[in-house]
Parts: sequence; structure tokens; C-alpha cells
Amino acid sequence: MIPAAFEYARAGSVDHAIELLGTAEDAKVLAGGHSLLPLMKVRFAQPSLLVDIGRIGDLSYVREDGDVVAIGAMTRHHDVANSELLQSACPIVPDAASRIGDPQVRHMGTIGGSIAHADPAGDMGTVMVALGAEFVITAAGGRTRTVAAGEFFRGLFTPDLAPTELLTEIRVPKTIGGWSYLKFTRRAIDWAMVGVAAVRSNGGARVALTNMADRPLRAAGVEEALNGGADPAAASMRADEGAAPPSDAFGSADYRRELSKVLVRRALEEALA
Amino acid sequence: MTHVSVTVNGEPREADVEARTLLVYFLRETLGLTGTNVGCDTSTCGTCTVLLDGESVKSCTLLAAQADGREVTTIEGLAEGDELHPLQDAFHRNHGLQCGYCTPGMLLAAASFLKETPSPTEGEVREALEGNLCRCTGYQNIVKSVLDAAGSMSGAKA
Repeated sequence: MIPAAFEYARAGSVDHAIELLGTAEDAKVLAGGHSLLPLMKVRFAQPSLLVDIGRIGDLSYVREDGDVVAIGAMTRHHDVANSELLQSACPIVPDAASRIGDPQVRHMGTIGGSIAHADPAGDMGTVMVALGAEFVITAAGGRTRTVAAGEFFRGLFTPDLAPTELLTEIRVPKTIGGWSYLKFTRRAIDWAMVGVAAVRSNGGARVALTNMADRPLRAAGVEEALNGGADPAAASMRADEGAAPPSDAFGSADYRRELSKVLVRRALEEALA
Repeated sequence: MTHVSVTVNGEPREADVEARTLLVYFLRETLGLTGTNVGCDTSTCGTCTVLLDGESVKSCTLLAAQADGREVTTIEGLAEGDELHPLQDAFHRNHGLQCGYCTPGMLLAAASFLKETPSPTEGEVREALEGNLCRCTGYQNIVKSVLDAAGSMSGAKA
């Protein structure tokens, strides 16, 4: 399968990338390409211009910044998974990264690409929503704005990003308490049928779900039940409140609703143990 | 057209190709290196695996332009002259293949993995090959071959 024809431009810097993005209305950013190129090969996406940001070296880093760990958007899943800083300061992130796709995918795919792609079946968005992460978005002239993960995902493949903006940094709070990311797949490398991220917080937990709606979904009912003193088993019964899971070849929406309750219970038992 | 200049198996190669040219077709059709197979064409099966700067990647999900200026190793470049790579030798001795279609990808995925994890457990080998599908052997002898190669490679270094 070959993508439809497009123009290719390689950006040397963030500013250059933003300038290039402004030259075509339907330009797309090429990070690692492991979400975008498959879509282009089946022609769900047919951008006229690809702006390759793969050579902007200063977008690949993991560093401490007070109570936060800052991750450059072009940091590959492989490097996120192996970051000693993240393993000690925010272990749910490298744990989830180490289970995205397979080793080959993790050698190319990036944390920023994965988040900006806004696929509700993606793992990283859910983890970010559960953590209460923040995303730094850069526009022309180096102007930046910061968006909370919970506000960033606007719908299916729809991030809060203007055509000439670039997601440049992911900021995750240091998280020393209990946590869990669970996902259920038929085969090792499949997308999650359902996934659950749970992060212990003030006696309760922040909980978010993968592939249970058109975006990563905060499990508000579960959180409310926990705050009211419910145990994991009782709280997990509210896992699918507000959810709108898809039905597809892997499972029906009803099956996913049931699965979400089981996975939330298991994730809470791990995170709150 | 996009100019692509890549070091393939140690030799500089370059060509002008359409921007949409995938690395696997650049290798097979532009350079005539047909050892890298196309299987599923959806980054699932792993038979198109090559090394990019020493790390395993799926060449069906990479533009040739993304490899510009970098080093690619294909199955044609794994052996040292007439001497098989320890992984190739181990696959041969342990019957790590039947039809051979997945083998180039298995070997390169394993080569990348062993560089990072020289003394893996069986479980680690199985996880490391999760992106490579084999429809003949049921993986048993593939895993055995990789463990065997890990043993001989770390033995050779000692």
C-alpha cells in the first residue's frame, strides 16, 4: 500500500516547522509516523504536505523541573520507557510506553506524536488524563500556551491544536503514590480494547479510560464513589458512566462496558494496595 | 522528487525518489535489495524489519526520506563476508525457520534486541519478538535460536 502523493519538507527547528505548516492548508506533522503513515497508506489521510519534525534534536529529552518531569514531544516511546528519571519520578508513564506496539514501533513512535494523534484507543492520552498532565503548545514566534490533558482531547483524532501549532512538551507531575495502567488486548501488539489508568491521589484515585469514548475518558463516577468511601469493587461498577464505547470486530460496546468494570477494579486494587 | 542518501550495509547509496516512497520499496526496488520482505504492509508482521542506526524498525512504515543521512542494515548486511552472523548460524543449527519468509525480520529484530539485552531470559526473548509473526514454526525454535546466539555472542566477547 502506497500513500497518495504529497510534498515532503524537513523542518530544522520548531519555528521552521510552524512556518512550513502555514504553507499548505492540509499540511500534517510527521513525527515518528507510526500512526500517520498507516492512515495515509489506506488513504484515510491524504495531506498535500508532510512536515517532518524528526530531525529537531532539541525536542527529545526528559528532565526534572521542580515538581514536574518535562518530556520533549519527540522523545521516542523507547526512550520514555527506559528513562531512569521517569521510572523513579512518574513510573506509570514509562510502564505504559514500554507496552505500546512492539519494539520496532517504540523505536520510531514518539510520545508527542501519540498524544497529538488523539486516537481514543491510544494508551498515552489516557495516562496523561489520569495524571493531570499539561501540554506545552508552540505557535509562530515562539509563543507558547499550556493546556491541561483533560481539555486537550476534543474528539476522535481531534486535539486542541491549530494547524500552525506544534505540541512541543509534555509535563507530568511527579507521582510517587500507587498507580496502575492495565489494557486488554487479543494479541500482544493490538490497540487496547479497553485500557484503564489509575493514579492514587488524596486517599482516592484519578481514573481514566482508553477506547471507551471518542477521547480519553475520565471515570468521574468511579472517582466520586472512591471519595465517598467505596471500595474498588463497588467503585468499579460505575466505570462506564458517561462512556460511549465503540462496537467493532474485537468486541461490542456492551462487552467493553463490562470489561471496563473488571479492569477498573483490578487497576484500583493495584493502585490503592 | 526527494533526494535520499542512505548508508546501506556500509555502502553509501543515493537516489531521487517520490516523497511517498516507503523505505522497504526503496531498498527492494530502487536498490535491488530484495532480502527485506513485504508481508502485511501494515507494521504488524515484522518481516520488513531492518536496522536504522542499529535499532530495529519496520521499513514498511517509514518513508525513505526519514532514513536520509542515516545508516540502514538489511539482512544482506548481517553476515561478515562469508561468515554467518551468530544469529544466522544459530537459526541454521536450531531449525529456526521453515518457509523463511519471516526470517530476515526475525534476525534483525533479534540483533537489535541482543545489543541492548545481551543475556536475556526466554520470556524476554518472546516479548522482544512480539512484533514479528511466524506462521510455520510456532516460535519454539526461533526463541531457542535467539537464546543460543545470545550464549555464543556473549561467550565470544568474554
